[in-house]
Amino acid sequence: MTCTEFLAQLDELIDDEVTVALRADLEQHLRECEHCEITLNTTRKTIEIYRSHEIYELPESVRVRLEKAIMAKCRKC
Amino acid sequence: MSTIQTSGTGEVHPDVLLVERAKQGDVQAFEKLVRQYDRQVFRIANHITQNREDAEDVVQDAFLKAYEKLEQFQGNSKFYTWLVRIAVNESLMRLRKRRTGKMVSIDEDVETEDGSVPRDLADWSPDPEALYGQSEMAEILKKTIQGLPPGFRVVFVLRDVDGLSTEETADALGLSIPAVKSRLLRARLQLRERLAKYFRKNGKNGGGK
Ligand SMILES: [Zn+2]
Repeated sequence: MTCTEFLAQLDELIDDEVTVALRADLEQHLRECEHCEITLNTTRKTIEIYRSHEIYELPESVRVRLEKAIMAKCRKC
Repeated sequence: MSTIQTSGTGEVHPDVLLVERAKQGDVQAFEKLVRQYDRQVFRIANHITQNREDAEDVVQDAFLKAYEKLEQFQGNSKFYTWLVRIAVNESLMRLRKRRTGKMVSIDEDVETEDGSVPRDLADWSPDPEALYGQSEMAEILKKTIQGLPPGFRVVFVLRDVDGLSTEETADALGLSIPAVKSRLLRARLQLRERLAKYFRKNGKNGGGK
């Protein structure tokens, strides 16, 4: 397996959508290729970091204001 | 917190009941849906418009439009997926207003030669989050994802942050499944690549820009 072939399956590997046979091949490549191992680990970390940090926080005060505005109009519908 | 899941056992998603009640004029049921999803709609709207004011307007307009069109919601897709579709359209409309004349879409093709993603091969610090304070981290993440084409950003956020499936993401964005898959891969790899300069092992040097 080449690095390009490995990268083509990266998402399936991360999302755990690979067959047992393919997983074995991918893991074999990982044992031989430090670059792909780093790529896999740091891609996982990238996802984890984006998942655990809200970068567009909606402040409670704004939230309440928006909800009030929405509901006021809905009641008039 | 509010992850969306199908039970697969034929159980009715709680949203379906709320939608049914709202259709019959129960405004409180609709209010529950608003409270459940307004943060997520705000997030998606921000990722597309990159403007807080616009994003606030999108939250209002998307929910009002959803309320008006509630009769048309058939329940073949999840309420949230349907809502995202409305929110994405509203966001794109806002963008168009700001950039008058310029066509904005999320399905512009951003082709690169496949497989040719440049790779930063340095390993990351074992705990990159310890390198930066909360707000500094948020800035880095924001700046980094803003550098991606809008169509990549939105796919990444829906799939990896919101936890929608590939099919739901395709449905919400009006994209094909292969298009969602190829964007997700490139979005993940590009984000990883861009974050590497902040998180690589030898600390913050090489950062900046
Ligand atoms: Zn490799």
